[in-house]
Amino acid sequence: MDAFYALAEPNRRHIIEMLATRGQLTATDICRKFEVSAPAISQHLKVLREANLVQMEKRGQQRIYRINPEAMIQFEGWARQLMELWTQRFDAFDAVLMAEKQKMVKKRKKSIRNVQAKPKK
Amino acid sequence: MVTTINFTVNRGALEVVMERIFDAPRSLVWKLWTDPNLIPQWWGPSRMKTTVDRMDMKPGGRWRFILENPDGSKIAFSGEYREIVPPERLLYTFNFEPIGPGHEVIEVVTFEEHEHKTKLTSKNIYQKLEDLEGMVQSGMEEGSNETMERFADLLKKHS
Repeated sequence: MDAFYALAEPNRRHIIEMLATRGQLTATDICRKFEVSAPAISQHLKVLREANLVQMEKRGQQRIYRINPEAMIQFEGWARQLMELWTQRFDAFDAVLMAEKQKMVKKRKKSIRNVQAKPKK
Repeated sequence: MVTTINFTVNRGALEVVMERIFDAPRSLVWKLWTDPNLIPQWWGPSRMKTTVDRMDMKPGGRWRFILENPDGSKIAFSGEYREIVPPERLLYTFNFEPIGPGHEVIEVVTFEEHEHKTKLTSKNIYQKLEDLEGMVQSGMEEGSNETMERFADLLKKHS
């Protein structure tokens, strides 16, 4: 199951955000935070587990969920790629901007020189 | 002068926000950002040739940029201008043509002037998280090393 498909659903994203802030939560804790039915939440947890985004550990009757840190590294990876793309775009734009500014300064200097060079009438 | 980018991914709202401060007045930043003759110099990755196919800057007007790979293959991006408020704000839709319709991104670019410098903010709003992932992979995945090279070139130019 694809991680990005799993994260496209708002309730599932909310579960991930809760786990990211709390560290770990039991299935019961997670269900309590939602108005959606318990079976629906267990279905979401199943999708997240199959996408390898969360890990589950059985402790007696309890099922404890936490984030899979490796999956989060993958997420950070594509965020970084996007940032690199924009950094490159901004750097290139900055170079264009600086070149245009220099042209303007040269033009201004030239026009000042021209004014000074004009003989007084 | 090379300044750092401020980058935020807001997963809940499916937004990616990029900010950068440019050392120039807002009117100039706007003028250059919206100049079709200059777009080929900065919009696409440097290893690709950017061509402005269409840029009809009015509400409802279309834009289309083509990127050409060194092997001659081409990919196109296009969309529609929705809001044009010079020199403050630009809002348009953004489509990566190879993935087809239904994956439209809204891009909002704002220009704010502070003490003769301009803060440019680009906010990208995605409909689906997998679109965000798709955009990253739209021919940019090899860009990483090249980005570093280009960055080094820029540093040389500016030092």
